[in-house]
Amino acid sequence: MSDLQELYQSIILDHNRRPKNYGSLEEANHRAEGRNPSCGDEVRVELRVTDDRIEDVRFTAAGCAVSRAAASIMTQSVKGKSREDVDRLFEQFHALVTGKVHPNEQEARAMGELAAFAGVARFPIRVKCASMPWHVLQAALRSDATATDSATNSEPPTT
Amino acid sequence: MTTRNPRRADFPLLAANPELYYLDSAATSQKPRVVLDAMREYYEQDNANPHRGAYALSARATDRYHQARERVARFLGASDADCLVFTRGTTESLNLVATAWGHANIREGDEIVVTALEHHANFVPWQQLAIARGARFVVCPLTSDHRVDLDALRTLVGPRTKVLAFNHVSNALGTVNPVDKIAAIGRAVGALIVCDGAQGAPHLRVGFDTLDVDFYAFSGHKMCGPMGIGGLIGRRSTLEAMPPYQFGGDMIEFVRDEESTWATLPHKFEAGTPNVGDAVGLAAACDYLDSIGLDEVLEHERALVRLATERLRAIDGVCIYGPKPSERSGVVSFSVAGIHPHDLSTVLDQDGVCIRAGQHCAQPLMRRLGVSATARASFYLYNDESDVDALVRGVQRAKEVFAGSELNEDELVPCRGAR
Repeated sequence: MSDLQELYQSIILDHNRRPKNYGSLEEANHRAEGRNPSCGDEVRVELRVTDDRIEDVRFTAAGCAVSRAAASIMTQSVKGKSREDVDRLFEQFHALVTGKVHPNEQEARAMGELAAFAGVARFPIRVKCASMPWHVLQAALRSDATATDSATNSEPPTT
Repeated sequence: MTTRNPRRADFPLLAANPELYYLDSAATSQKPRVVLDAMREYYEQDNANPHRGAYALSARATDRYHQARERVARFLGASDADCLVFTRGTTESLNLVATAWGHANIREGDEIVVTALEHHANFVPWQQLAIARGARFVVCPLTSDHRVDLDALRTLVGPRTKVLAFNHVSNALGTVNPVDKIAAIGRAVGALIVCDGAQGAPHLRVGFDTLDVDFYAFSGHKMCGPMGIGGLIGRRSTLEAMPPYQFGGDMIEFVRDEESTWATLPHKFEAGTPNVGDAVGLAAACDYLDSIGLDEVLEHERALVRLATERLRAIDGVCIYGPKPSERSGVVSFSVAGIHPHDLSTVLDQDGVCIRAGQHCAQPLMRRLGVSATARASFYLYNDESDVDALVRGVQRAKEVFAGSELNEDELVPCRGAR
């Protein structure tokens, strides 16, 4: 598989085309928005959190395929999770997209669709496209209940 | 494959990378060897702090700096070289005017007019000045083919308009603005006319003396010069009446305990040790561009823009923004249905094709185009048909990568480009 095919595999293209958990969540009690000023990507995440569990999550995104797919797959993988679980998942995800870990088949299976982002590691400029939705999710979790927070992504391109 | 443009041999980076297709000169141009050599020679033979030392080496550095100013002023058609202030570039030049002239002259209730085509550097300084002084900030709309709407401008500019700021050429779309027509509208009400020439000076004869503007700002790095130097040309009477922008060494006449007086032009606006090495490099860039001739440069770019526009337009789903090629410089701004410009740029990069994807520091324009980003290919004197071939091949490849994953009809941004 070429680097490009690895980056734009069908799972990612499918989520870009038909994102899961897309839209707004009326009964949300945590929200955040993130923006990448250099490319114009915008992600908004809305959550309903009860007893430190993400009961439901929705997102909207105007941006590239990588950021839309990352947001879509992220929302699938964090439903029912606690803040601590989310931090751990993002840590794994970040290590994957920055090429710090190379999961074997079994580890990749355990990560589910998140593992599809391994190809991002070959494109350092695109790491922030994949990680921005997670920063917005974390900002939403930190936000005051029912308030809207803003998380402008100022992460340098290679982290 | 067609043979590559022989001018690539003048540019070490391009000569060393025959498979590089550099289509981002509107962001920064590549640098010819003569510019790099001139800077090295200055540092190896003449480097000292100018205007200070009473020794021969410092006098040589002063001379080099002075000669560079005269050379750059001549390139831009300004006969009074003292009215060329060296700055870090267009952004600093425009901030200089908005800060020094603006705070001394803008009052509550005044109006500042800019256009929707502006780069943030010619938008935000005026917006912030208006906020600070209680003035009204007015944004002139565009025509359907993304040119400044002159009829709308005539109705927006009035007796309260104190500043009319606009670009010579749009960085995002390449639209060449009719400077004289726009300036005349501002002149009729006595407004200060400020022209952002960042995308003008590299491609068009500026002729400052005959251009009816009060200030013209430009960047060296987009016109074959080094990064970190550019300038502001102004009218002598306006510059002399303005307070300084920054304070420090080199810009003062007398410093008393209670007050100070300022040096004459251009030093009044050049506080601190000047950037002699880059000024020397920029002067060499002017020599280089004159050796080719700007008319030839523009003609060459337009031929490539015409070719690129025709070939891109033939691809299903491609939308091109901006006016027809004869009304623009070397920029082609476009989008491909269902493929975000950022993804397109990644695919192109795999084949060594460098384009810009994003908002081009022009969010107000992107909002009016109804897009979150565009892809931008920009051509300069060293580009050739191979660059167009590579661009078109890359767009087709991106369509293959994304084949079958087109967005639903209702998710597609309608093409509102002037094709």
